[in-house]
Amino acid sequence: MHHSIEIRNLSFQYPDGHLALSQVDLTISPGEKAALVGPNGAGKSTLLLHLNGILQGQGEVRVCGLDLRDKKNLPKVRGMVGLVFQNPDDQLFSPTVYDDVAFGPLYQGLPLEEVERRVQAALAAVHMEAYAQRVSHHLSVGEKKRISIATVLSMQPEVLVLDEPTAGLDPRARRNLIHLLAELDMTMLVSTHDMHLVRELFPRMIIMDQGRIIADGKTEELLKDTVLLETHGLEAP
Amino acid sequence: MHVHYLDPYQPRHSPIHNLDSRVKLALALAYLLSTSLTPAGAWASYILLAAILLSAERLSDLPFSYFLRRAILALPFIFAALPLPLTTPGHIVAEFSLGGLSLRVSAEGLIRSASIALKFWLSIQMAVLLTVSTPFPELLQALRALRVPRLLVAIFGLTWRYLFVFADEALRLMRARSARSGQHPQGGYRSGRTLAWRAQVTGSMAGSLFLRALERSERIYMAMLARGYDGEVRMKPLPPLPIAQSIFLWIGIGILTLIAALGHFLTRLG
Repeated sequence: MHHSIEIRNLSFQYPDGHLALSQVDLTISPGEKAALVGPNGAGKSTLLLHLNGILQGQGEVRVCGLDLRDKKNLPKVRGMVGLVFQNPDDQLFSPTVYDDVAFGPLYQGLPLEEVERRVQAALAAVHMEAYAQRVSHHLSVGEKKRISIATVLSMQPEVLVLDEPTAGLDPRARRNLIHLLAELDMTMLVSTHDMHLVRELFPRMIIMDQGRIIADGKTEELLKDTVLLETHGLEAP
Repeated sequence: MHVHYLDPYQPRHSPIHNLDSRVKLALALAYLLSTSLTPAGAWASYILLAAILLSAERLSDLPFSYFLRRAILALPFIFAALPLPLTTPGHIVAEFSLGGLSLRVSAEGLIRSASIALKFWLSIQMAVLLTVSTPFPELLQALRALRVPRLLVAIFGLTWRYLFVFADEALRLMRARSARSGQHPQGGYRSGRTLAWRAQVTGSMAGSLFLRALERSERIYMAMLARGYDGEVRMKPLPPLPIAQSIFLWIGIGILTLIAALGHFLTRLG
């Protein structure tokens, strides 16, 4: 039995010389829900971009047992990791909501009836069935966020990876999103600054700062260590 | 996660870098003008122009290979000049046939085509030298000092500023697309569908990029209005040009004029 995500000794340097990740080790088991926290610029987004090979650093990254250093594995891995970007405007590049949610399954070459079924199921999962023919461009941020999640749910991924899902949402949209994430029964790795969200949804918490993993453990225990949290620019909820 | 490679400026402490940006811009423009006004076949003038260019490149503290690589930009223009030997009438130096088509190469055409290629190659390198040795904001100020209309300079400036934002946006869109361009985990389906479908997706991505640029420009304009913009671009006045630099400028312009004149004189003579 392999783990969902296995990262060994991963380092990454941007072309301008900035070391964004330094010797990161991380394992996520199937069904686990983990939160990735840390200040801006800690390397959270960079780490997430490694999970489906958009960025490739030094070290080993395996997703569901597939080694990402082997380029042949990339298309499969991209079908297994549902990566939702922080800014829904980046995620939604098609003219209508339907087109965007259908993109993943269509790209995989699935038969059209199956694509249709997947789109309906994904939109239902985020409670946005009525929005299929809407233009993504004109939705509110909260709605765009839900559609963004639907665009990867339609691919039926093994792992859901979200980058700051509650950033920029109003309290109601944020609450709806938390309910939605609680409903989704799948492996999840979520980067966030929202410590209330972490306490509510994620039994495991990983603290990153300056490209390194500082702490990795049970959320309830780490949240008690206020000194640790404050040293790394975080606040206990 | 930004696009950096667009900015050509290379910080150094060379005599070329330290030259006032107004002098650099004026001399570079004079060089381009002089190169384009030098008639075809005035080889002596070309050698002098090349000598000026090479000395400036040497002084800039950047390797020649850097300029040669960047000068590849001139290739499309050089290709455009390639058919000239076949189309210019004159003294025929070679004749051959290509699949029933007989082609005549004229001496005049060869000279013109070689001159045009050389002119482009020199001009592009001078432009490269100007942009690698002058930070863009200083170049904008220099344009103002040379009485280029303020609105035009402001448009150049905004374009430059938001080009990077635009490129970053395009980069993020493409990342989001590749993140969802996967294969079915069990296999058995051909991923990627058809070329036409992928082209359609790319087309709508370009469309949404355009829409966003349009919306962003509206927001930027509102932010400008909010800070008192009234349609008039105001810029800080530049300090006066030091005497030494201004003497250097006029000597440079004089030399470049003489080189172009020499070219005309030599071709008349020949």
